[in-house]
This record gives sequence, structure tokens and C-alpha cells, in this order.
Amino acid sequence: MLDLLKQPWPWYTSGAAIAAIMALLLYFGKSFGFSSNLRTICSMAGAGKKVSLFDFDWRTQKWNLLFLVGSILGGLISATLLKNDAPLKLAGATVTDLKAIGINFDGQLNPAQLFGAHSLSFKNIVILLSGGLLVGFGSRYAGGCTSGHAISGLSNLQFPSLLAVIGFFAGGLIMTHFLLPLILPI
Amino acid sequence: MKGLRFIIAGVIFGIIMTKSEAVSWYRIQEMFRFQSFHMFGIIGTAVVLGALAVFLIKKFRIKDSQGNPIVFTDKQKTRANYIIGGLIFGLGWALTGACPGPMFVNIGYGYVSFIIVVIGAVAGTYLYGLLRGKLPH
Repeated sequence: MLDLLKQPWPWYTSGAAIAAIMALLLYFGKSFGFSSNLRTICSMAGAGKKVSLFDFDWRTQKWNLLFLVGSILGGLISATLLKNDAPLKLAGATVTDLKAIGINFDGQLNPAQLFGAHSLSFKNIVILLSGGLLVGFGSRYAGGCTSGHAISGLSNLQFPSLLAVIGFFAGGLIMTHFLLPLILPI
Repeated sequence: MKGLRFIIAGVIFGIIMTKSEAVSWYRIQEMFRFQSFHMFGIIGTAVVLGALAVFLIKKFRIKDSQGNPIVFTDKQKTRANYIIGGLIFGLGWALTGACPGPMFVNIGYGYVSFIIVVIGAVAGTYLYGLLRGKLPH
């Protein structure tokens, strides 16, 4: 059983499990949306005194913060108990494309060139910080992220969520095909 | 401990996201280059089964664990904020290979540099809060 779990999970298992998490949270009387936590963190830090978006009782969002803590633990369990040393099976075409923009595929989840703690150059810090900034700003502006819009919103057939998801993809395509080839070789 | 169930749900989420490699920068690149079905399969399956779950909850008026009706709130019927906000989000998603959930999952997996991404994301959220009144919605 443990050996089965250690292998990379196929897309259908994962897709079904994500839908199950969404349904489970609905059964608990909550709504699956991860980026709300970022707003809650701002509120906890006292941002509500100055900015109305953060002026709410963050304790009502404690459940989502616990979900966040659990997700960190889940990552830890995958890296230890369920660790699999086989390299990630990335499409050959992607390996070639990434090589062309200076990223060498290392078989891990994320390229050490960008995310390795030892290769934390000034350039990488700027990339990580500004990437995070765009995600945080964009998710709150759009009123949700992949979980809130692509999963919860589309499941509830919300047209605004479809607009947001189209935006997510348009932004991702622009970054991947036009901006990354400019940014990475700097 | 009423909160334990949320921690457990989060643990399962973290395991799913790593074991299916949805938290991988490489997989996100592969998706935006249309070079594998993997990520589309994950999101597609989740949406189809999620829609089925929502449909059944509404049809059979299923109650939550407290016995209250499960209510779905409609998103506000604006347009600009979803498109522009979505676009900005997408730029960051492809750059860091992570949306908000996977940022934290990656920290747990041992990629401590994602703490920087999280700091950026919290700052971005705050910045939106500051500028909200001046932005088109």
C-alpha cells in the first residue's frame, strides 16, 4: 500500500482527490479557496487598522489557516514517508525548451537553479519575490486563485470564475512564451 | 479538537499536490507549453467531478456536518477585475510555478526558498488592499 502511494499519482487520481477535498470542505460548511489565507495573514498582522479589505475578524478564517498548516505537513510527509527518488517524467519537448532558456532539467520537483537554497542569488530573490507579488496581488484582485476560481467557481458554473481562469492562462502564456525567455538569461 | 479535521484535509491536499507533481515548476511550464496532458487532466477531472458534487448537493439539498444547508454564494457580476486580476495572477503563476496552495506545500517539501515567494504574495495582497479603490473592477 505504502509503495503504491509512493509512486507519482496519475492525473485522474489527483483530480478526483482534489474534487473530494472541495466536497469535504463543503460538507464541513466551508468553501475551498486557498488565497483567502493571504488576506487573513494581512489581517492578523494588523493591516485592518489602515486598509478596509483587511478589517474583519480573522478568527472566522482559522479553519483555513489550519488547512494551510496541514498542507505544509502534507508536503513534509511527501518528502519523507512517501518519498520517491525516481526523477520526474517531464515531457522531452519541455526539457529541450527549458534548456534553450537556460534551465537544465534536474529531475526534481523544482529547478535547483531557481529554488535551491544554495543558489539564492540576488536575481533569484528578485524573481521569487516579484513572482509572489504578482500571485498575491492578482489573486486578490481577481477574488480568488486556482482553488477558489478554477475548482470551486467552475464547479459551481460561475461565469466570473471562467473569466478569471481565462485570465490565469493568458497571463501564464505571456510569461512562459514572451517574458521568461527575456528574464531568465539575464 | 474541532480544528483537527481541517488540518487532516490540508495534509491530504498537500500529499495529493506533491504526489501528482502539481506543485512542480516544471509541470507548470509543461502545461503552459501544451506539451503534456498531465496538468489539464488534473484540473479537468477536478472540475468535472467537482461540478457533479455541487450538482448533487443542490439537487438533494445535502446538509453540512452541522445540519445546516450548504449554501453557494454567486461571484459578483463584474468583469474587469476577473480578467485583469487573473492576468496578473497568471504571470506570477508561470514565473514561480506555484499558486498560493503549492507555495506552502513546497515549503513543507523542503524548498525553503518558497518562503520568499510567500512574503511576496502577502505583500502583493496588501498592495491590492491599498490600491483597491483606484483600480477598475
